[in-house]
Amino acid sequence: MATPIIESPRSGRVAPGYSRTTSSRSNFEMVAWLFMRISGAILVVLIFVHLYVNLVAGDGISGIDFGFVAGKWASPFWQIWDLTMLWLAMLHGTNGIRVIINDYADKNSTRMWLKGVLYTATVVIVVLGTLVIFTFDPCPVIDGVAHVADYCPTP
Amino acid sequence: MPKTLTPAGTLYRGREGQWSWVAHRITGVVIFFFLLVHVLDTSLVRVSPEAYDAVIASYKNPIMGLGELGLVAAIVFHAFNGIRLILVDFWKKGPKYHRQMLWGVVGLWALVMIAFSIRHLSHVFGG
Repeated sequence: MATPIIESPRSGRVAPGYSRTTSSRSNFEMVAWLFMRISGAILVVLIFVHLYVNLVAGDGISGIDFGFVAGKWASPFWQIWDLTMLWLAMLHGTNGIRVIINDYADKNSTRMWLKGVLYTATVVIVVLGTLVIFTFDPCPVIDGVAHVADYCPTP
Repeated sequence: MPKTLTPAGTLYRGREGQWSWVAHRITGVVIFFFLLVHVLDTSLVRVSPEAYDAVIASYKNPIMGLGELGLVAAIVFHAFNGIRLILVDFWKKGPKYHRQMLWGVVGLWALVMIAFSIRHLSHVFGG
């Protein structure tokens, strides 16, 4: 009896279910991995400047009040800065928590629930933050009473 | 009696690589939850100037001041270790020097935190 020929693993035709190269699945995880590195590098700059301007320069935290926010958002530069920071930080953070949920939650239903809560929170916070940046009014009139500040018109 | 074998030092298990990974996760989760709260407190500028000033005033008390120190400590570590992580992934010699880079991260973190603590605590306690 002739010695049976045993082919080396993965030589010749591989059943589609075992194929590693011609996968039709998306490369979402690779994109997510890359996004974490790119957004992380940008966030280091965005957040370090944010912390310096708000907590170190001038009077630091003692100088923060409504007028401080009004002063910053009077400039489109800081509006765009904060908007970019909001979106990148929330997506970076959400993906980080998604990975942690996948790592530690064993049950399918637990994972689905946790991720449902996570994505809901993300959408709410990103939409809220975006609206706040673009609908901010430095001189609001609340219940007929105008806000008094040196940069507001006197009624 | 055979001697008890201790696992040899692999790239990550039980060494600097693994502990930096743990610290990166914990600081990341802390920062994420702060971020949710931070967007909510800033959103009070759309409620009224008084509402915003009231919540910011609570951030200026000494206990919150120490909390902010912890938050900045977490952010600075996460940032520096994140840069180290990028270097491990994309720099040819990154994996070889990952341990030395961690001590660089810890050293830079300590310097930044000493400087920031002096500045921030003088704002919080100096009024």
